[in-house]
Amino acid sequence: MIERADKFVPEPERFEFSENPIHRFELARRDFFHLLGAGIAIFTSATHTFAGQETAPQSKGFHPEELPTDISAWLHISEDGIVTGFTGKAEIGQNIRTSLAQTIADELRVPFESVRMVTADTTLTPFDAGTFGSRSTPSMTPEFRRVAVAARELLVAEAAKKWNVAPTGLVAADGKVTDPVSHNSASYGELAQGKTLAQVLPADDPTTPATQWTVAGKEIPKVGARAFVTGAHQYTPDMRLPGMLHGKVLRPPSFGATIVVYDDSAAKAKPGVTLVRDGDFVGAAAPTVHEAQKALDAVKVKWKEVPQISNGEIFTYLKQNGAAGSDKHPIKEGSLQEGYAGAAHRLDATYTVEYIAHAPLEPRAALAQWKDGKLTVWTGTQRPFANRDELAATFHVPESSVRVIVPDMGSAYGGKHTSDAALEAARLARAAGRPVKVVWTREEEFTWAYFRPAGVIEVKSAIDSDGKLTAWEFDNYHSGKSGIETPYVVANQRVEYHAVPLVLRSGSYRGLAATANHFARETHMDALARAVEIDPLAFRVKNLSDARMRAVLEAAAKSFDWPRKKTTDGQGFGLAAGNEKGSYVATCVEIAVDAKGEVKVVRVVEAFECGAIVNPDGLRNQVVGAIIQGLGAALFEAIQFENGRIQNPHFASYRVPRFRDIPEIEAILLDRKDIVPAGAGETPIMAIAPAIGNAIFDATGKRLNILPLVPKGVET
Amino acid sequence: MANPLQLEVNGKRYMVKYPGDTPLLYVLRDELGLTGTKYGCGEGQCGACTVLLGGAPRRSCQIPVSAAADRPVTTIEGLEQNGKLHPVQQAFLEAGAFQCAYCTTGMIMSSVGLLKTNPNPSPADIVQGLQGNMCRCGTHPRIMEAVLNAAKASRESGR
Repeated sequence: MIERADKFVPEPERFEFSENPIHRFELARRDFFHLLGAGIAIFTSATHTFAGQETAPQSKGFHPEELPTDISAWLHISEDGIVTGFTGKAEIGQNIRTSLAQTIADELRVPFESVRMVTADTTLTPFDAGTFGSRSTPSMTPEFRRVAVAARELLVAEAAKKWNVAPTGLVAADGKVTDPVSHNSASYGELAQGKTLAQVLPADDPTTPATQWTVAGKEIPKVGARAFVTGAHQYTPDMRLPGMLHGKVLRPPSFGATIVVYDDSAAKAKPGVTLVRDGDFVGAAAPTVHEAQKALDAVKVKWKEVPQISNGEIFTYLKQNGAAGSDKHPIKEGSLQEGYAGAAHRLDATYTVEYIAHAPLEPRAALAQWKDGKLTVWTGTQRPFANRDELAATFHVPESSVRVIVPDMGSAYGGKHTSDAALEAARLARAAGRPVKVVWTREEEFTWAYFRPAGVIEVKSAIDSDGKLTAWEFDNYHSGKSGIETPYVVANQRVEYHAVPLVLRSGSYRGLAATANHFARETHMDALARAVEIDPLAFRVKNLSDARMRAVLEAAAKSFDWPRKKTTDGQGFGLAAGNEKGSYVATCVEIAVDAKGEVKVVRVVEAFECGAIVNPDGLRNQVVGAIIQGLGAALFEAIQFENGRIQNPHFASYRVPRFRDIPEIEAILLDRKDIVPAGAGETPIMAIAPAIGNAIFDATGKRLNILPLVPKGVET
Repeated sequence: MANPLQLEVNGKRYMVKYPGDTPLLYVLRDELGLTGTKYGCGEGQCGACTVLLGGAPRRSCQIPVSAAADRPVTTIEGLEQNGKLHPVQQAFLEAGAFQCAYCTTGMIMSSVGLLKTNPNPSPADIVQGLQGNMCRCGTHPRIMEAVLNAAKASRESGR
């Protein structure tokens, strides 16, 4: 097992931008009820184990100390019976506004429609490290269940007091408490009347097992969906405030360039424009985007550039600059010497993955307003509290003077952890003395955001005459440690991550490095199976002891009808599997390669298991979405860069999956009601790339060890 | 400041003072407050800014506002009639054809445009018609389903 990394050490999970949380509970009780009106409020404190169900295995690569150990969820029941759940998590398209409300409704025994969620607002919601790592469901679901159980008990106690009976025997259901003996009945709203009752509960009462869920586990449509089809929903770029200006930032010609000559006299002469130079930051705010841009165009500036590494040399650079001993907890088991000595077959290979972009359709944006020394920022970020802290530090104001609010977001995929647009908007707003909105262009998004890091992975392996793994060595240079541990049984192994100084600005991505590590591992497993002529499915099963992994493999294979016989030229079949963050995936793929070497993914069958399913409809969307997003990274996505410049910062030159690329997709969701729900945003993306690569080998006999696999087709 | 231009958007007339080469998208969003039309790339590549110009789906980030002055513009806000969703909106809603939903309004406008010229599209026609619209969350199969359902509903309702 991988041991936990030390506190404060950013490696190996650097790409999760992890940092120690600051525990606090700022909202005074008085303020809370002032904001929400009278009623009953319940807070939970401290993280607890979840009794009564099997706990999902400790997710690898996520450290418990990153989670807040103070207040983590709260809930309010108003006098009109409206239930409000508060979480610092953000809605980014993963559907937590719906799924968490389902959980609360289920446990509190109220109709789904009476629950609403307040999310990701640093003033209103509890501290949260960020919406990443597939943590929203596994962390917030048990918390809200506990808080709802506590609320239910409090309501029962209030009813008992009111009727002067013992609480035992009273029934909480359908939003009311009933006494079956006297037939007294009171709605939750009535019981909350005139109260400002706040309770912090360390309750550990058993919550409802998945087998008895009535609202959770159901296909409830996305909350607020109508506003999305009418265009009424306001994403950050859609917001405006009275007197608001539009901000633009002057971008350097290349990364790390600094200003050597600067003359803004012509720009400053333009009416209605606020121009800011602060070090190497130059920005303008004006009544329209056009005027702000014109002002920047009028700034005369010369930059000093620095030479930088380019695409062509990146893998050599990464391999040569891996810091020895940078992995504090490499896996070392058994004796590799023995593993190789008893081997019937050996296989070594090197795999590479390029930098890719998240390219969320809503670009980074922020609207900032200063009022009486206090700053409010609306911005699409996955880390509102970290944004707040960065804003406070940057502008030398107390954190209590900064409020960050995250409107439901136009997706992120791990790409919106930073506070870039927020800082820019706040800087310009402070200078202008008016609210300022900054919306990044697509080119800015492709250039000045951050990337999923490139990487080099070396694998050395051996199997015995029975097809069982005897030795496994796995070295990842730079791309990261998530999903680095093999799920296959091998007695002699060494698995190690080698940190390399950043070349391009890099960060989280859906699944982090698990996409790269699964690509290398599952491609390698396929190559081993082929080398000794064992069916790739049988080879994997032979080397597995994990029943959940076997279950997804078997489910996908059964529905795909694995192993299949080829019926046409260019046809190929491939499979891959993996587990990460407490969930399991197996993917079977059929492809067709045409005479020109173009690869078409024809059919994908993916089985996925993440414990008890909270919302099958939302989950299916996540799984199918991950498969499709994964197709892009598998087949053609790659960032081209040259001496500090991004060469393809447009959708015309950075190809992403479109309708024509979409195969027939079957998602099989295995519902394990005996297992606490894990997250589902990331793991379903991990197996598609190796499955496609393995299918290309099946079709053409060409083994591709690079991601993307075929940006220009299979070269023959 | 530029000469005033007259625009007809969702059946209403507006006088706007913008340089004629300003993309229609910015006028819709920043001047008229019609923010259901989204900025996704500004390069005509993603389809998030799709509106109907004279009934045909167009990328409003690529249309100079001066070129929109002689034809009626329909945005997502103009589809709903008397509180009743357009069949395409209704079909997207029923199919749950969105995740983050940032692409949704553009998808709907392209689909409405497609169904105007081809009320009975095959799946291949839909792929062709929506090829210029990106969904980064990967909701394509449900969008296909929604458009097929909308076509059926539109034919049945005669709208």
